[in-house]
Amino acid sequence: MQRYLTDRKRADGLGSGRHGTHHHWHMMMTSLALVVVVPVFLVTFLAGFGGTYAEVVAYFSQPIPAIIVALSLIVTISHVTSEAVVAVEDYVHGARGKLLIIGLNWFSYILIAVGLFAIARMAL
Amino acid sequence: MADVKKVERPLSPHLQVYRPQLTSISSILVRITGIALLGLSTLVVAWFLAAASSETAFAAMDGFLRSWFGSLIMLGGVWAFVYHMLGRLRHLLWDFGYCVDVPTSEKLAIGMLGLSTLVTLIVALV
Repeated sequence: MQRYLTDRKRADGLGSGRHGTHHHWHMMMTSLALVVVVPVFLVTFLAGFGGTYAEVVAYFSQPIPAIIVALSLIVTISHVTSEAVVAVEDYVHGARGKLLIIGLNWFSYILIAVGLFAIARMAL
Repeated sequence: MADVKKVERPLSPHLQVYRPQLTSISSILVRITGIALLGLSTLVVAWFLAAASSETAFAAMDGFLRSWFGSLIMLGGVWAFVYHMLGRLRHLLWDFGYCVDVPTSEKLAIGMLGLSTLVTLIVALV
């Protein structure tokens, strides 16, 4: 029956759907943000890590460390989730791949929400 | 396009029979560190949640991350974080059309490995 299918019909659903560059653009933007986030986060986090409970809470409740941690969580988790999603797109196909991508996105949303809650609870 | 035929095509050299190269290894490591960082950020978020919850929860989570095994994970995380950032920076350079040749890419790969190892060593010693 294949010869009755038109070229248009056969190509339908296989193309970029005009969103082909969106993922790449998102990767470029978060990659560029990471150039700033990685050194700033490492210095801030390592300055607070290793203290006693009271010291840690006091340190991360300050505005600058709290904002840097919140910013780093959002940028880093959204970037590495995209990273994991591309890996799934490359190696896992069909329903299993779709479910994994949905699961990864849910996981990253939850992770960001929990991280922001923890920082807000300490800082406010 | 109208007739789709299954053609027997030659297979490209497979991973198992391919000589490891600096270009391929450094590229694969960018993906591995990226995925590993998702797991590592889970640990960091758990640590923050513990700190925001109670002193006992913090003691457990902080104790784990500061044990020898936890420190190993944290130092690996520092390495992965810096390496991944540099690897993605190399991608940005390529995207803008710079350094798209093997010798320069290999030099950048050595730079990525060296700089992330240097930062990890500094963190480990300080």
